[in-house]
Amino acid sequence: MLNLKGPQGRWNFFMIAGILGLYGLIQLLAAAKILLSYHLQILSLACINIILVVSLNLIMGFTGQFSLGHAGFLAIGAYLSASLTVFYQLPFWLALIASGLAAAFVGVLIGLPALRLRGDYLAIATLGFGEIIRVIILNISAVGGPRGFTGIPRHTTFGLTYFLMIAAVVIIKNFIYSAHGRACISIREDETAAGSLGINTTYYKVVAFAIGAMFAGVAGALFSHYMQFISPTTGQIGFMRSVDILIMLVLGGLGNLTGSVVVAVFLTFLPEFLRGFAEYRMLIYPVLLLLMMLFRPEGLMGKTELSYSYLENIFSKFKRKGLRPDGTN
Amino acid sequence: MAQTRGLQVTDLTVQIGGLKAVSGLNLELYPGELVGLIGPNGAGKTTVFNALTGFCAPCAGRVVFDTKDLTNKPPHVVAKHRLARTFQNIRLFKELSVLDNLKIAYHSNFKYSILSGILRSGQYHSQEKKANEFALEILELVGLADRAQDQAGTLSYGGQRKLEIARALVMKPKLLLLDEPAAGMNPFETAELVDLIYKVKKDFDLTVFLIEHDMDLVMNVCERLYVLDYGVLIGQGSVQEVRTNHKVIQAYLGEELLCQS
Repeated sequence: MLNLKGPQGRWNFFMIAGILGLYGLIQLLAAAKILLSYHLQILSLACINIILVVSLNLIMGFTGQFSLGHAGFLAIGAYLSASLTVFYQLPFWLALIASGLAAAFVGVLIGLPALRLRGDYLAIATLGFGEIIRVIILNISAVGGPRGFTGIPRHTTFGLTYFLMIAAVVIIKNFIYSAHGRACISIREDETAAGSLGINTTYYKVVAFAIGAMFAGVAGALFSHYMQFISPTTGQIGFMRSVDILIMLVLGGLGNLTGSVVVAVFLTFLPEFLRGFAEYRMLIYPVLLLLMMLFRPEGLMGKTELSYSYLENIFSKFKRKGLRPDGTN
Repeated sequence: MAQTRGLQVTDLTVQIGGLKAVSGLNLELYPGELVGLIGPNGAGKTTVFNALTGFCAPCAGRVVFDTKDLTNKPPHVVAKHRLARTFQNIRLFKELSVLDNLKIAYHSNFKYSILSGILRSGQYHSQEKKANEFALEILELVGLADRAQDQAGTLSYGGQRKLEIARALVMKPKLLLLDEPAAGMNPFETAELVDLIYKVKKDFDLTVFLIEHDMDLVMNVCERLYVLDYGVLIGQGSVQEVRTNHKVIQAYLGEELLCQS
């Protein structure tokens, strides 16, 4: 369980304090009317994007399975939860859980056949999946069809998104640093070798896919109950949305959680600052991506994660430098 | 039951496209033996290993290990029966640390669920600790303990070969299949490798089956040999028997030389 002893414990303590402190600060600023509901909306969207990018990171960055259909799971979560709360008046938390489970279930269904494919073929299959979901929604008139789903109650608050985002990051981080996560990483590194070491590669690919899909489903539920309107034609749930998530992931670095979080926040804020150039967003992203591929192909953070051992390393280098009076290293 | 332990391969045939890579192969390994599999390039040696470990499906024949039928089982099931292998072209997780390479191989010994991994339960901590200790023990054995935190790809070629053997050992195997462990090694490294093979065989009570082109190594360490050519077994027996086997000399040196001598 949670370790609060020793240096690692102190780090954990500081992290928890930081997480709560940031939440407190934002709420305080909101209460003082310094942060308006417009700002809180952007912050909430940033949290939702973090959930999406981190969950795609589990599938693509850690397990190495190229997926272009992540928005499909988002769509499932968004529409299912909205239907449950609007048509059946279910409480939001129940709809939230249901959309996570439904997305995970669809993830398993899609994953079992699709994950036999590799590389480009898997990318095409997942792309197809995302489009199929969108086209199905487009043709269900009960949820508005092409007109979109309107009148969704606003249940999502900033606090809920914030803490679910923290939960998603922590759960995925803990998963990655367990034997099961290592099994996923070994598939990315060398599937043949992983098999020879007793790792059931199909099972772990599907598990990673299902967990990733589950969080995307939850993000979808949060999204639809924040925007109160969701439509299959405005790029909220289509292929471009998948690409959006993918770009954030690649810029942050495949297999790097810190990078995912930083870039998801940055790229949610950026278009807001560039309101006047909204149409040019899809021009700016590829340029960013190109520059990144040229100058920093390993992503923003490379291999370094913000963690206790990372800070300890920096700190000890610092100390060692200080100990040498002659200035050599 | 003593005679049914170990590995029995009967009538193994592997077809790759139109080519019979291995045909009608019979072989048997007894517990604790160190046996070599040799043959000219393209004889089908690696294909035999692949068929034994589930990487390619044989179209006929049976593979039985410790009385369990492993024919047509996928690689991870074969591995769970404590049959470990290394690869001809080293297949390490090069981007990961040496220690992580070994901990991945420990996978089948982890018993905690995904949920207790996420919740960091007591089980998680105790088993991770055990895995760490065991991995370090193995690293000590192969002489890589001081490199535990380094990226596996930064090891020297010989070091990577050793790490691959270490990774196989973490699985606590009963049978170890080594595919050209000495390839690309200098004589000094090869000598080290021979010592290592002897040591782990003794310490782990292993049966070792190895493919090798380095005849010095093969003739020195192997108790018995199987010789393969064009997928067919052309000779077997002790080192002496194989050395004087006409078919084997023919396969290696050709017809003419044989006539001249």
